[in-house]
Amino acid sequence: MSEPILQLRDLTKRFGGLVATDSVTLDVAEGEVHAVIGPNGAGKTTLVGQISGEIRPDRGQIFFAGQPITRSPVHVRSLLGIARSFQITSVFPGFTVTANVALAVQAHAGHSFRFWTDATRDGTLLAPAAQYLELVGLTGRAGDVAATLSHGEHRQLELAMALATEPKLLLLDEPTAGVGGDESARMVELLRSFKGRFTILLIEHDMDAVFALADRITVLDSGRILASGAPGEIRADPAVRQAYLGDAEA
Amino acid sequence: MRISASTAVASGTIVALAVVPPITNALQEPFYLGLFLRLMILAIAAISLNLILGFGNMVSFGHAAYMGIGAYVVGIGTFHAIEDGIDWLANGFLHVPLAIAASSLAALVIGAISIRTRGVYFIMITLAFGQMLYFIGVGLEVYGADDGLSLYMRSEFGGVLDINDNTQFYYLVLALLLATLYGVKRLIASRFGLVIRGARSNERRLAAVGIPVYRYKLVAFMVAGAICGVAGVLLANRTDFVSPDMMHWTRSGDLIIMVVLGGMGTLFGPLYGAAAFLLVEEFLSGITEHWQIVFGPLLILVVIYARGGIAGVVHALERRRE
Ligand SMILES: Nc1ncnc2c1ncn2[C@@H]1O[C@H](COP(=O)(O)OP(=O)(O)O)[C@@H](O)[C@H]1O
Ligand SMILES: [Mg+2]
Repeated sequence: MSEPILQLRDLTKRFGGLVATDSVTLDVAEGEVHAVIGPNGAGKTTLVGQISGEIRPDRGQIFFAGQPITRSPVHVRSLLGIARSFQITSVFPGFTVTANVALAVQAHAGHSFRFWTDATRDGTLLAPAAQYLELVGLTGRAGDVAATLSHGEHRQLELAMALATEPKLLLLDEPTAGVGGDESARMVELLRSFKGRFTILLIEHDMDAVFALADRITVLDSGRILASGAPGEIRADPAVRQAYLGDAEA
Repeated sequence: MRISASTAVASGTIVALAVVPPITNALQEPFYLGLFLRLMILAIAAISLNLILGFGNMVSFGHAAYMGIGAYVVGIGTFHAIEDGIDWLANGFLHVPLAIAASSLAALVIGAISIRTRGVYFIMITLAFGQMLYFIGVGLEVYGADDGLSLYMRSEFGGVLDINDNTQFYYLVLALLLATLYGVKRLIASRFGLVIRGARSNERRLAAVGIPVYRYKLVAFMVAGAICGVAGVLLANRTDFVSPDMMHWTRSGDLIIMVVLGGMGTLFGPLYGAAAFLLVEEFLSGITEHWQIVFGPLLILVVIYARGGIAGVVHALERRRE
């Protein structure tokens, strides 16, 4: 079997007295959809932050495609192939939808010390941007200013921006958070169509979505891994049922 | 074809500036030629500040320091040309590149430290560096210390141009103003410009898509410093005088006011802001020497009721017409 694309080893992060990530050791295999679930405050977003590089772990190591990246800055990890979407929408609100994605394309098309040519008409940026917008179903809003998008559309844009960096690993932090029923179902459908094409670490609250999408599931509780395995195993795990699924079904 | 209000106001302003010399010459009012000369020079400085303040959200409170550096290049150069007979030190073709090099180097040092910080800390650090350069100027005993240095000659541009003739000087500055506007227009639409404008709204996202934000902000900081250095060369020649006062933090504050008044993050805003600032100052100071008592509240009104500044108001009128 080939080496996991992402390896977390004994990752630990404290905020004051609170242990947000507690000795987490985890592998994500290439091509899988790996869901991380757990109650609010379990440390899911903090975990994503450490993988993407915004949060420095206090202890432990992160390997991506075999390389240690524990101390690499955010942009280096992005260039290596780690892309993330944010739980709280994070785009360039004053730019058009297209410009948001084009900027992500630009980030991976060599340096940006180009001072003279009009980038807003640069086909080498716009063509791929259009393609990613098509992929997430936002073509109809391409020319609009991002600030005018609905919440669900913002989530789609987040995804398009992440895809535009041609990632080897997608970190998706609650892509359906706060999105209404219809839009949420469409997002899950979209993610299902990504299965097999992208490696995804998926944080998700909606259990139906998780069981529909995930190849493997890790359950996090108070920063610690409670269980990790195939969906069937997780469903059957008594500790998980008690700590988490039990609540969800009650 | 319909011309938008923004375009009309912008072209009107440029045409108005272009016809100033024949009018002031005909009316024999050299004072007003000098006023508009100063207006355009400060507009260039304000445009350079807008590049980082308006487009990049970096509130540099020491921007006048670069103008001082450019001015001292001219002051010190011409001083030695006259005192020691070193003619080539008066050469304008030397002053400009030297001012660019010195001011962008200063911006490199100041930016390298300040860009690591945010918000109020950024403002305080740029302010502190600006004041440091001000006090260096005060300490330059040879060059008049806090009294400054009178220029006994202006920068020489060989046979190409004689800026001792204020009309020639005026058109040189107008050409440089237009070049700066055009350069900034290209810059903000370029890949580099998109990064800087992206950093203004969401630096975190920029890093997440793979852009090392710091180095781009630093280069933007240096470009702004370099342009402002050139404005300093022009200002020294315009006033035939350089002094540490040009670098005082209140001068940096004036530049910020021009940018905010005219419209942050717009191409022509700083030009309108500089024009409004100087014309209001000129008008009010003719009425009362305490003109700032009137100017202050006026500014507050602009900030409250016209957040986009003058350019914002023009833009709003344009949209209402549609
Ligand atoms: N920057 C921070 N400073 C202090 N505490 C934090 C910080 N970020 C997260 N936490 C705390 O860490 C815990 C885990 O948070 P988070 O990773 O956001 O959980 P989740 O995404 O699973 O809901 C929470 O108790 C939260 O309050
Ligand atoms: Mg979270």
